[in-house]
Amino acid sequence: MRSDYRHYPSYPHGEFVHLSLGLIAAGLGAVAVPAIAKPDYTAVTFLALAAQQFREVRSIERETLLKLEETKMIRRGNDYIEGIARVFEARNYLVILSALFTSGIVYFGGWPWAIPASILCFIVSLRFMNGSYIGDIASVEVGTISFDNSMLKINDVVIMNVGLPFTREKIKREGMGIIIKPFNDDARLTLDTPGQRMAIMHDVVSILGSKVDINEGELAPIMRKQADQGYLAFFLVANEPDLNFCMEIIKRVPVLESARATSSKSYYGRKAAD
Amino acid sequence: MDTGIVGLILAIVTTKPELVGGGGCPIFLAANQKEQERLSLYLARILGGVVHDLENGVYFICRH
Repeated sequence: MRSDYRHYPSYPHGEFVHLSLGLIAAGLGAVAVPAIAKPDYTAVTFLALAAQQFREVRSIERETLLKLEETKMIRRGNDYIEGIARVFEARNYLVILSALFTSGIVYFGGWPWAIPASILCFIVSLRFMNGSYIGDIASVEVGTISFDNSMLKINDVVIMNVGLPFTREKIKREGMGIIIKPFNDDARLTLDTPGQRMAIMHDVVSILGSKVDINEGELAPIMRKQADQGYLAFFLVANEPDLNFCMEIIKRVPVLESARATSSKSYYGRKAAD
Repeated sequence: MDTGIVGLILAIVTTKPELVGGGGCPIFLAANQKEQERLSLYLARILGGVVHDLENGVYFICRH
């Protein structure tokens, strides 16, 4: 039996729930082969029933996150939640398959084969679990914050109108501006998605913090697009104003499955691009 | 979910009354820019909005 633990970044709750689910999944996978080989069909039926439970994992995860979302200052966004929920479900299946494979090997080949089999499973799982990150599809650079009278700008992207002079001073002192430049047209479409932008903002704010408060929206993190060139300007007043770490965090934000654009894979997409 | 009125001008604070009028939005007159800034800050905090500057002596508070 091999258990696999899944600790999703920035998601510390319910670790135990998922650890136990993972253990159950591993157990299920592990006993499947001996049960069929014996043959014990009652056990097999029960296994099938139990496996159905894992379909629930996704909705459990989604519900929890949506409930938590209501009281969040900076929201994750539905796309991110859906992505996380799907990952949880998929990883449980991955656990079942790994356990199934390993126990199959043990059943037919004997104990000495278990170690190489589990190492193989480990490598394959890691490969499956590896999604792409913002750092793979876009470059992250420092932007300069400036004011055109009352309009806050990062490089040439207008972010918002800030009315109060002392808020402007505060932003000039503590604000951070970051430019996210997509490498290609696909990346540009991905970064266009509001869900992906919310995910980036959520990840950064959950690590660096934000000075925005309830009823004080002036310091809210905002991400705006340069309409002609498609890069994003990200404005943030963080508790820990460290640009280098901020850029590193952005680079490590996962590209959401639902936001991933594949226009260059379609015929007209390629034609339109040139 | 947080339900409320969004994307609406909640109040206008101005030193130039001739520039604003009508529309059913409360207008606050300020004697000078300092008072204007203070009034708009108070209103923004109370109403939960953000102060915007139209750069012609008119500030307004808007909830996003």
